[in-house]
Amino acid sequence: MTEHESTAEQERNPHALRERILALSGEDVGRCIQCGKCTAGCPVAPDVQPTPNQVMQLIRMNDLETLMGASMFWYCSSCQTCTARCPMEIDIEAVMNTLRRLVLEAGGEPAEKDVATLNKVFLRSLRAHGRIFEFGVVMNRNLRTGKPLRDAMLGPAMFGKGKLGLRPHNVRQRKKIKRIIEKARRFERVEPGPPDAPGE
Amino acid sequence: MTESSQDPRIRLLTYSEVEEVRGYVGNFDVTIRKKARFVDLDKCTGCGECTQKCPKKVPSEFDMGLGKRKAIYTPFGQAVPNVPVIDKDNCLYFKKGRCKLCVEACGPGAIKLDDEDELITEKFGAIVVATGFQQFDWTRYGEYGGGKIKNIVTGLHMERMLETTGPTAGKVVRPSDGKLARDVVFVQCVGSRDEKSGMPYCSRVCCMYTAKHALLLKEHQPESQAYIFYIDVRAPGKNYEEFYQKVQRDFGAIYIRGRPSRIYERGERLVVRGADTLTGRPVEVEADLVVLASAMVPNADAVELAKKLNIPHDQYGFFTEVHPKLQPVDSVTRGVFLTGACQFPRDIPDTVAMSGAAAVGVCSIFSQDELTIEPRIARVDEQRCTGCLSCVEVCPFGAIETRERDGRTIASIQESLCAGCGNCASTCRQRAIDVQGFKDEQILAQIKAAFA
Repeated sequence: MTEHESTAEQERNPHALRERILALSGEDVGRCIQCGKCTAGCPVAPDVQPTPNQVMQLIRMNDLETLMGASMFWYCSSCQTCTARCPMEIDIEAVMNTLRRLVLEAGGEPAEKDVATLNKVFLRSLRAHGRIFEFGVVMNRNLRTGKPLRDAMLGPAMFGKGKLGLRPHNVRQRKKIKRIIEKARRFERVEPGPPDAPGE
Repeated sequence: MTESSQDPRIRLLTYSEVEEVRGYVGNFDVTIRKKARFVDLDKCTGCGECTQKCPKKVPSEFDMGLGKRKAIYTPFGQAVPNVPVIDKDNCLYFKKGRCKLCVEACGPGAIKLDDEDELITEKFGAIVVATGFQQFDWTRYGEYGGGKIKNIVTGLHMERMLETTGPTAGKVVRPSDGKLARDVVFVQCVGSRDEKSGMPYCSRVCCMYTAKHALLLKEHQPESQAYIFYIDVRAPGKNYEEFYQKVQRDFGAIYIRGRPSRIYERGERLVVRGADTLTGRPVEVEADLVVLASAMVPNADAVELAKKLNIPHDQYGFFTEVHPKLQPVDSVTRGVFLTGACQFPRDIPDTVAMSGAAAVGVCSIFSQDELTIEPRIARVDEQRCTGCLSCVEVCPFGAIETRERDGRTIASIQESLCAGCGNCASTCRQRAIDVQGFKDEQILAQIKAAFA
């Protein structure tokens, strides 16, 4: 966020973003002492900017605009190493999750569309089958992201080991799973993925 | 220490512990347990024959387990008095009933195997508490190896290794194989600045002793390289900032701003996974030795001691002063003074300065024939007091005594102990106790005036 572009509301309240994160996740980023232990243990931080501790600071700087274009929380694998080791007991993973949600709620384009697409087809598969139909998820993602042969070479090996089935296996009570997802969605009032990919 | 041991006006009671404290300023009755050391202080000449002959070797506490000591030993070379003690838990005589080589070796016959703890009670006018601190047990950090990796040590280990008369004769080595350490990683804020460990406070001394260690490491082993993971460098003392800059500039210490997330073994070496938050990326440093700046915490028995002395402590167990700025060495119990790291992490200059202040506090009491006290203390209306003594239970200073009046027992305030807190006044059902200047009538009159 450059100072001139900030909205009137943000200008009035320099803590707007921090307070929004607190309200949504219960986590107060203001507790962060910038020790960097989250970044030190993060498996994706070597390849992604900004780093987790920088994300914490961007929230404190009320810089939603930079965060809208940030890729960190799209690559976040939710391994929770940061959360487990944070000396200030901030659930950093929850903050990352909340940021994903905020970006989508604000109608923003996720900086990593492919990741958001995968999230979406993953949940869709879960809703349809009550569990993940891996082959379907991969094909769906590849078609939606326009990279049909992505990871294709992994297929035969996984197929040979019986890790990849060609047909989905539904759980017995998949309607219940579906209801759980619907309910969670009502709670969060937000779609789990980006607007539908073109061509659907 | 040596100087004070030779001053005829100072009596040292070493290897002794305070059991009980009664009384009040100018009149403390202190019961002290003189622990059995099994060596006669008067007869021993400190020749050291017994220690040489003793066949039992155990890890030395003073050398952080890097060296050995005997079962009859002095804790370190400059210990005062220069009289050994027998470690009953390890001595062969106490464990198996035979040996007595020390008894045979001792010319003056100073060894008393039948020695027992002795309790003495004496009067003292004032008490200075200087019980120090202990090191935080960092092994609860699983991500730093949980104490299972030999080449991860603490600043105290490093201190012993850098000592030329220490267990490694001044060489910084890997405890696993004794080889010289080339790359040494220092990790700051281990336990401190960490709410999860219960210690959000800064341990205060680690930044500077780590800088010193990095400097000495380079001086002792020029081919070595120090890496220091820090969160913030705190160097607010006289010449401290300059020293820190010198270590970076002239002694090649590399400072990396970030707290490591994990330390693990890779072959013979260690890998420290940290972050450089200034360039915004994770970093990995390979090391021979990792030195953790483990936090200063109160002694394990600090709370117990606070109860004996009737002084308050904070949520960590550090003893609390009356006022952090204006009365930094006084405890709320008159005549009991605090100094050093038993009160909060402190470095040497601060401790020396505060000890001086505490000594002057004692002298200022002793130099007067009469004690001036605050006028706001409790007073008992002797006719109203029914002698229920509820007040005795709520007094945090033990300032309420009992006495007989017309054949009944009533409460009586020990004026030099009372701090005027008002607990007794608000507890008394008969309204027989008031804090002078804050009588119920006076407070009610103030309220009336305020709302008039």
